Amino acid sequence: MELVCPAGTPAALRAAADAGADAIYCGFANETNARNFPGLNFTREDLADGVDHAHRKGSKVLVAINTFARAGSVGLWTEAVDTAARCGADAIIAADLAVLDHAASNHPDLRLHLSVQAAANTPEAIRFYAETFGVKRVVLPRVLSVPEIAALNKEIEVEMEVFVFGGLCVMTEGRCSLSSYATGKSPNLTGVCSPPDHVDYHEDPSGKLLARLGGFTIDRFEAGQAAGYPTLCKGQFSAEGKTGYLFEDPVSLNAFEFLGDLAQAGVTALKIEGRQRGKAYIAGVVSAFRKAVDSLSGGGDPKPAIAALKAFSEGGRETAGSYKKTWR
Amino acid sequence: MQTHPSSESLPPLVSTLISPLPKPPMEALLSTLTRRLVARRPDLIRRLGDVVRVPIAIVPDDLPHAFLLSLDPDTSRVRICDKSRIGDASAIVRAPFLVLLGLLDGTYDGDALFFSRDLRIEGRTEHVLALRNTLEEADLTPGAFFGLGGRSADWVNALSDRLLGQVRAYAQKSKPAAGSARHLS
Amino acid sequence: MTDVTRIELALGPCLFNWPADRLTEFYGRIADEAEIDVVYLGEVVCGKRMPFTDPVWPEAIDRLTAAGKRVVLSTLAQPVNKREREVLRQQADYDLPIEINDMSMLAACSGRAFTAGPFLNIYNEASLALLAGRGATVWCPPVELPLASTQKIAALVPEVEVELFAFGRLPLALSSRCYHARTHGLRKDSCQFVCDRDPDGMLVETLDGRRFLAANGIQTLSDTCHVAGLTSGHLTASGVKRLRLSPHTVDMVAVARLFRSFLDGAMNADEFETKLEALDLPGPLSNAYLAGDAGWKKTALPV
Repeated sequence: MELVCPAGTPAALRAAADAGADAIYCGFANETNARNFPGLNFTREDLADGVDHAHRKGSKVLVAINTFARAGSVGLWTEAVDTAARCGADAIIAADLAVLDHAASNHPDLRLHLSVQAAANTPEAIRFYAETFGVKRVVLPRVLSVPEIAALNKEIEVEMEVFVFGGLCVMTEGRCSLSSYATGKSPNLTGVCSPPDHVDYHEDPSGKLLARLGGFTIDRFEAGQAAGYPTLCKGQFSAEGKTGYLFEDPVSLNAFEFLGDLAQAGVTALKIEGRQRGKAYIAGVVSAFRKAVDSLSGGGDPKPAIAALKAFSEGGRETAGSYKKTWR
Repeated sequence: MQTHPSSESLPPLVSTLISPLPKPPMEALLSTLTRRLVARRPDLIRRLGDVVRVPIAIVPDDLPHAFLLSLDPDTSRVRICDKSRIGDASAIVRAPFLVLLGLLDGTYDGDALFFSRDLRIEGRTEHVLALRNTLEEADLTPGAFFGLGGRSADWVNALSDRLLGQVRAYAQKSKPAAGSARHLS
Repeated sequence: MTDVTRIELALGPCLFNWPADRLTEFYGRIADEAEIDVVYLGEVVCGKRMPFTDPVWPEAIDRLTAAGKRVVLSTLAQPVNKREREVLRQQADYDLPIEINDMSMLAACSGRAFTAGPFLNIYNEASLALLAGRGATVWCPPVELPLASTQKIAALVPEVEVELFAFGRLPLALSSRCYHARTHGLRKDSCQFVCDRDPDGMLVETLDGRRFLAANGIQTLSDTCHVAGLTSGHLTASGVKRLRLSPHTVDMVAVARLFRSFLDGAMNADEFETKLEALDLPGPLSNAYLAGDAGWKKTALPV
């Protein structure tokens, strides 16, 4: 199975290539990609250099142009596709019909991957994208259990890529407006969930940390208690007289225990989340999963390296998410 | 690979020894080195975006002073000031000194430090993110920060790795057994 | 603003788990009393509710059609299992206008006219044009789309009618996890259909007691009740043909009547909102998505 690793900066791209990534995904420094955070991402020159570097190291580069184009400004998205193609990207990861259509019509030789943001989780939806745009791979939404992934594979012709580590959307990716409801900025359109200019932290003298988004209190951590991202889906709320993590705890995905099953289910590629993360994360997670993937075909024991990844997780905790059916 | 700092604080003795050191020469040196870095890497200023010229306070928990950092194509500067005098800052980043150093040179992942509460931020979150992400790209090895290249850079990096390793190990040993429950698991 | 045409009213699909008799009674009253032109029927949120509500639809379709309403079958927004996919395949063959809410339906509906529902990610003119080429004749934009964007798209893809989400708690998110089940200590597979306890959704408050969201099984909605208080002139100029009112336990006949009078110019926007607020709405009014701002806010819309 191919290991697909994140890069939010050229430095992270080099770290991923050094740590044994088969493919590295990244995006441009604008609204066209779903990790549009300040200080992150690539210019055209960064990407051209990054593709050179990655190819020398034997890694592919996949360019995420995976937000939905803004009305009247579709050109920004189609130009991103053209630029990625010119820079020698190995594939485009896209979700918007307009972006997929442009890529398929104008760059027929450029490989297309269907972004998780398209939320295509049935054979019918996936076949639509494959037949209409020639999509070669689908990144599966994090809503399916392992047996469902195996069953899906029997009904589709395209490759399947699944997330195995990192931040976990609790809502179906691409079908969530919670952040825009609180802040006015749509992740689907601007590429930012919980935009940092709407996030506010307050730690009181006792060490209690309050996190607010758009003025709404979304979480509270006691002194010394591990924290998470300021996302609504992992916040604490009250309902029916109970207070707690209504949607999901602060926790990150780690599907290490399912790697063998995912391989058997017919999965082609394993994706690590985290284009917003630092080089230390990239180096740690990519090399641990490199060992884990290699161990499936008789490499050394990856367990110590995988166990060490817990410190990178939200709340210091891990989950196998929807791969286990009981998660629902 | 180092995934987590496990609450490394400078021993009180070190903090005490550092506090009377003269500030002006340190400020001048840090400001000059920062300006040189920015001149060498104009891409970093582009990456910083809106944070250019906005002062951000870096406050080491275990040192008596705070650093006020403002980055700019021409007039970048680092001021060392009393911790109570950081009102101008758009954002404040607090952590033990060794943790901050580890963030600077990419030893630690900023989000993981935030999750573990070793790193705390106040004020404009977007400015902290922009600075953090820019530092990631800056690949700030000590050699690079001093503007060195080739073998002299390698020599400085190796030396500082060794020194920092020793200081971290010492900090681990000397930290109090109780009251250090900051770290995970 | 010239050429003000009559803005039609549509009743969107009921998003909540209402018992069969409540649905029968509700659509009976809509047929008999409501000034509504188009009615969307069918289960959109959770396939597990279908066995309970399926028997309702034939009679409801007959009554609504007999009352002169156009009936459209609305379909699942997030089909997952084989049974749900099979339902979609059958629905595509029905001799009824259809609304699709997931790309899964596109192939089965190719060659027939359909409504592109608000759960599809159609955010720009090029993607709507592509769907129009495959049979989309009506489009209900995603609820978070600013009106300025809707207007641009409507102008560039004039062959598609635009129906604006105009009343009700905003459908914000879907998940594979059921939050009603989770809150009640159950799992989705053994949920005991507890979502039926909250016919307008389950209120979700922040830690400081501020009303915020509403859970509805696998769906999350706003706490606020979105209202597009836009005049017929403004709507026509924005390319909007019809307003969609999303069913709640509030008297929907009265809601439709207020919308009709407001659109016909019988009252101004302030009076319209004051009269709406006098009804038993599911939450406080909001409208700021239309202005490109946070969806929970209430802002002054241009007249």
